[in-house]
Amino acid sequence: MNPENKKKIKHLGRLSRSRGGDIAMILFLTSFTLLMMLPLIYAVCMSLKPSSELWRFPPRILVVNPTLKNYRDLFTLMSDTWVPMIRYIFNTLFITVVGTVGHITLASMAAYPLSKYKFPGSKAIFLIIRTSLMFSGAVLAIPNYLIMNALHLIDSYLALILPAFSSTLGLYLMKQFMDQMVPMSLLESADLDGASEWLKFSKIVMPLVKPATATLLILETQRLWTTGATPYIYSEEKKTLSYALSQITTSGIARAGVGAAIQIVMLLVPLLVFIVSQSNVIETMSTSGIKE
Amino acid sequence: MAANVKLGKTSGSVTYDNLTLKERMRKDLNWTWREMKKNKSKYLFIAPYCVLFLIFTVCPVIISMFFSLTDFNMLEKPNFVGFNNYYRMFMQDDLFIKALGNTIMFAMITGPGGYIISLVMAWFLNELPRAVRVILTVLLYAPSLAGGMTPIFKVFFSSDAQGYLNAWLLDWGFINTRIKWLENENYVVPIIIGVVLWGSLGTSFLSFIGGLQGIGREYYEAAAMDGIRNRWQELWYVTLPLMKPQLLFGAVMSITGAFNIGSVISGLAGNPSVNYSAHTIMQHLEDYGTTRYEMGYSSSIATMLFLLMIFLNQFIQKCINKVGE
Repeated sequence: MNPENKKKIKHLGRLSRSRGGDIAMILFLTSFTLLMMLPLIYAVCMSLKPSSELWRFPPRILVVNPTLKNYRDLFTLMSDTWVPMIRYIFNTLFITVVGTVGHITLASMAAYPLSKYKFPGSKAIFLIIRTSLMFSGAVLAIPNYLIMNALHLIDSYLALILPAFSSTLGLYLMKQFMDQMVPMSLLESADLDGASEWLKFSKIVMPLVKPATATLLILETQRLWTTGATPYIYSEEKKTLSYALSQITTSGIARAGVGAAIQIVMLLVPLLVFIVSQSNVIETMSTSGIKE
Repeated sequence: MAANVKLGKTSGSVTYDNLTLKERMRKDLNWTWREMKKNKSKYLFIAPYCVLFLIFTVCPVIISMFFSLTDFNMLEKPNFVGFNNYYRMFMQDDLFIKALGNTIMFAMITGPGGYIISLVMAWFLNELPRAVRVILTVLLYAPSLAGGMTPIFKVFFSSDAQGYLNAWLLDWGFINTRIKWLENENYVVPIIIGVVLWGSLGTSFLSFIGGLQGIGREYYEAAAMDGIRNRWQELWYVTLPLMKPQLLFGAVMSITGAFNIGSVISGLAGNPSVNYSAHTIMQHLEDYGTTRYEMGYSSSIATMLFLLMIFLNQFIQKCINKVGE
């Protein structure tokens, strides 16, 4: 560990942080992380294995002679589809970007008054939203289809985007973080200066809840990016990347290596979003000192 | 519902003595209307979300609850059958009772287990310097990002020629014949619990990490001056109370997760599992909904599960509100 980090630990050490405790913790974290990563390491190695190693006995997790053949095969298969692969990629990108941005915007806007103010119906509305999280989605397919059909949304991007806008998770998450991170006193002093609701929302609330936005960004990107086959979309040219790739995997057990390659390729975009959002979250909020 | 909320709140300037019920209601309504007008901008803020939420979440849930009172089979027009489905569930369906027991057993272990793992890991990570913390967070959450890890565990425990665990045990001479890990009642349940716990660093974990980042350093400094001595006291009296909103959020997530572990079970043990040893309400629901097309009955199972989770959530929210006392 370099001296700068040591200094940081010392600075972080608020009270009774022993060096022994720190070392034990680092050892524990390393082994725990390895355990967690094992299936992912397996998938990465699997995608790099030549076919001779795929069927080896006894099997090994790590790859001996890594090859990019599985990835080359994947791209050959991808360039061979009836609808050009770029169309699937566009569909998924479009749904993910519009759905995520829209959801974060609408959910934050709704969470702000529900978290910070009391007005007729506010408690009941939040209770309904929170409770609805617990209804099992498994039986909602048919009611959802009936509604999409009634609204003439079948076979349009909107059938995937509009429900994403109003997904429950984001509102609940944003509301809880606003409860914690936005001091009422700041909003009151803004009121004295005659700030409008929109100004308070965009200039005070949103900058304060950056960790929440970062969390929601990754959760929603991940969810929408992996959207697969749905009953609402039947035109082949409107289907998603995840659906198209799953068609490749299901066609044969001999494609285990290609299947792993697909998993890794699909992981890249959410992983990138996650890394960028995590490293941009500000360490601690400088204003939290005036919380009441 | 709105009127009820109001009755509790109305106090102060409004007095109820010597008023008939009608006049009271009119006063309440007037008060509500004035409050609503005063908060016009707030309604504008929540309107776009709430309209979409009503259409795409509340309506489907209500339709599904209505189906639970019918014999809907996806082909014929549904007939209203009252509470027959619920009667059948508890009186005639032994498998449902077994599934209920299994669900509660799985939920009692994986719910609190996963919750504690997420919280402890988030807390550990928060003690680390920023760069290390970001790297470890990414590494720990990456498997959740990749999703669909169940097939990999299935290969690992599989009893066919490709099963990793059996192959290693055979190779090292511990066993002579392959063990049917996923087809044996005694092994399959612990394996499922292990895999579910392995995957518990998900949504709650991320929200805990975010919540810890929102606690300013000055709270700890102040606490140290107030005589907080060690990490544990600091955790209980400073950290946890300050991240109560995230703790409540994580609890709801854990409950939903713990009661909905159907896909991991079906992925590892199949549906139905051997002797129904890992049969949960989700398996039961999937069986009736997608295999037998008994949509009415499966909707009533979903409604029952919903009520169970609401009840548990009330209880857990009460417990969490005691944190730091």
